[in-house]
Amino acid sequence: MNKPFASPTAKSAVNVRELVTPRGVKAWLVEDYAVPLVSLEFAFRGGAAQDPAGKSGAATMLAGLIDEGAADLDSQAFQRALDEKAIELSFHAERDHIGGRMRTLARHIDRASELLRMALNAPRFDEEPIGRVREQMSARLRHDAHDPSSMASRAWRARVFPGHPYALSAEGTLESLAAIERADLKAMSRRLIARGALHIGVVGAIDEARAGRLIDDVFADLPADANLAPIAEAPFVGLGGHEIVDLDVPQSTIRFGRPAIKREESDYIASIVLAHVLGGGTGLSSRLFREVREKRGLAYSVSASIASFDHASYLYGGTTTKNERAHESLKVIRAEFLDLANGNLGEDELEKGKRYLIGSYPLRFDTSAKIAGQLVHIQLDGHGTEWLVERNRQVAAVTMADAKRTAMRLFGDGALSVVLVGRPEGV
Amino acid sequence: MAVSYNDEAEMTPVPAAATNLTPDAPTSSAAGAAVSEFKLENGLTLVVIPDRRAPVVTHMIWYRNGSADDPPGKSGIAHFLEHLMFKGTEAHPKGSFSEAVAEIGGQENAFTGNDYTAYFQRVAKEHLGDMMAFEADRMTGLILTDEIVAPERDVVMEERRMHCDADPGAQLNEAVQAALFTHHPYGTPIIGWAHEIEGLNREDALAYYSRFYTPENAILIVAGDVEPEEALRLTQIHYGKIRPRGAAPTRLRPREPDAVARRLVTVNDEKVDQPSWQRCYIAPSQRTAAPGESEALEVLAHLLGGGQTSLLYRTLVVEEKKAVGAGAYYLGSALDDTRFYLYAMPTPDVSLPELDAAIDRVIARFIAGGVDAEALERAKTRLVADAIYAQDSQAMLARWYGASLANGQTIEDVQEWPARIEAVSAEAVVGAARKWLDRRRAVTGYLLPVEPEAA
Repeated sequence: MNKPFASPTAKSAVNVRELVTPRGVKAWLVEDYAVPLVSLEFAFRGGAAQDPAGKSGAATMLAGLIDEGAADLDSQAFQRALDEKAIELSFHAERDHIGGRMRTLARHIDRASELLRMALNAPRFDEEPIGRVREQMSARLRHDAHDPSSMASRAWRARVFPGHPYALSAEGTLESLAAIERADLKAMSRRLIARGALHIGVVGAIDEARAGRLIDDVFADLPADANLAPIAEAPFVGLGGHEIVDLDVPQSTIRFGRPAIKREESDYIASIVLAHVLGGGTGLSSRLFREVREKRGLAYSVSASIASFDHASYLYGGTTTKNERAHESLKVIRAEFLDLANGNLGEDELEKGKRYLIGSYPLRFDTSAKIAGQLVHIQLDGHGTEWLVERNRQVAAVTMADAKRTAMRLFGDGALSVVLVGRPEGV
Repeated sequence: MAVSYNDEAEMTPVPAAATNLTPDAPTSSAAGAAVSEFKLENGLTLVVIPDRRAPVVTHMIWYRNGSADDPPGKSGIAHFLEHLMFKGTEAHPKGSFSEAVAEIGGQENAFTGNDYTAYFQRVAKEHLGDMMAFEADRMTGLILTDEIVAPERDVVMEERRMHCDADPGAQLNEAVQAALFTHHPYGTPIIGWAHEIEGLNREDALAYYSRFYTPENAILIVAGDVEPEEALRLTQIHYGKIRPRGAAPTRLRPREPDAVARRLVTVNDEKVDQPSWQRCYIAPSQRTAAPGESEALEVLAHLLGGGQTSLLYRTLVVEEKKAVGAGAYYLGSALDDTRFYLYAMPTPDVSLPELDAAIDRVIARFIAGGVDAEALERAKTRLVADAIYAQDSQAMLARWYGASLANGQTIEDVQEWPARIEAVSAEAVVGAARKWLDRRRAVTGYLLPVEPEAA
């Protein structure tokens, strides 16, 4: 099947409007009445990277507490109020932002708006939920303490970004969680939850006027400016070496990576195409999948992709293989990095990669919640609404010359920073 | 091709909102688009779920066989065959189906459950016919050689090591299921036992394939931007030519004897830093329950353990501080008698027997004290709203209809589910708790660190 792929690049997957509310808050809106619900997603820039020194996990704990009581409703009363109308509300902290999402039946939009307004403008931070959320986060840390995949990603981050906030876990440590107090959470909330750092996406059975009122009710009274600590670029160290974390399990869990191109740079999209060729997609289109899984049966899963943050960008991948074959797996993976670094990229491979990335883009926009999430992510990445069309245009425009130039930069000498958890043999 | 191992048994049976359905004259309502059902002459069932919001379709084929249909001694064959189904046919040799999907930016995957196996692609709508051509071809045209089968068996072994052997929590889950079902095959893991996976070969796979991969055993779900008549026309072109076998294969499963012994299984592992507790009861499924009983169990699960306002969470986590988390869920969508779960994670100073006793007190109080009317109303509101939220995702609708039909439900059953939930009475919920939350039907599982004296 060799179909032309020009058409999907031409138009946007959804019809987005930028709106400015009566009180001056900006948001992106997709109006769609097929299902009687409304999805709202929002994010405030600044996230776990803003955790105070010695208090890693503070942003995550803050996110866990925003729906644990507000204004005159304590935690249980607030949760009951959500339940009464089947309103879904949750918050989460990422490295560079703290965000939330709400989903409600369109007929309950007034109550949903009221509860979200309370949560963001008047969170209570009662001692009971603080203690409870701390215990829950601590239990999660204990649960993951000897989980191979959590161990591997923790060790890898600590290895490549020593001294930088990105080296720390957004979930904190048992010690740092114990050090976080109510005053820290209130201060963090004041620093991060502000109009100036806000991006919003609204999707569903709601018109522009009602969406404007909703957004003003919820967000317009927040403080104007966030107070974010400056974050340095994260230098990437430890390239060309590996580290073994001993764990008595039959398999080695491997994480590998190297620095990549930042999303502001012109070759960023070409690097996304190359990472896809190396280890993306859902299977056979990926070189690592073909070589590691399909040809040799070394692993069930293997993949690699570009991880792009505000202060770091890296190519990151992983696999899990039995200890006896860890050496072989790593050798096969390294060979693919080197091969691409040497410019061995087929015309066909490049075209197929581009087709996949272009054709699969609309599938990111197939539910209201996913669309709202995409709208916020595109804004966080610094793009305008034109990106919905521009993204695929840029993928289509990647030439073989672009790809080869970018491959030399992206894969370089093929050196990787590697962490293995398990009892790998021969590494 | 990311062939995945998903325990589909965990899917919640929340169907779409009620719509009035007649196969040849589908009707729409404000609650959602109409669903159509057709049957081809060769016995294949087609269900079309319209969703015109985006020019994409979900094409998903379900076979009414899962891990519980693995022949004795061949555990894991349903799942292994699911992997092997990606290995190509004469018309479409190895990899060409997956490559075609990737080239058009489609997504594909497959999953094996206790009671079904399913394969799907999500693509731009103009490719629907192509997907049908590929999928219909591999219903009968699979080609397997030992050279293909051997490395894929290694992949499955790695999959098992990754999901089970390195994870004490997964080992406890397997032990609880194996203890709960002493005779019925739900006690065997979907992926199979390691020693039996190692012995699976080409002949096993082909024998299983030929028994179950037939038009009479298949349900095709097409969800997305397509007219029912067009979906039917394409289905007839591509699937209609498959030769019928005369009848659907029969599923022969031994019945579980009535349980009389409460059981406790414990996994101690040095990788465990955070203990956890679970209990699993045998309970009737949507198919095996008396009218209204499955719905009562669904509401019961929500009242006991659906979120922060539920009885278990409120009592154990918020008030008594004995647990950091607690909940309940009911796997209603199953062919045979199924499972009702309770789970909890203790706070640092609470032992698992102490937690176990506290949970039993919550259940006893619930049975003695009855249902809070407002809580019952909230639970129903939530469950019924889920049916509307589900309409937001064509892939999710495809899965709910597919799983329900594969488990012997009808489209009407699915669509009337919200009304049946609304009809659940407080007495029915308490009755279900009294009848089914009986420890003699249950296995309790403890996940613990290695005991100092045993180390």
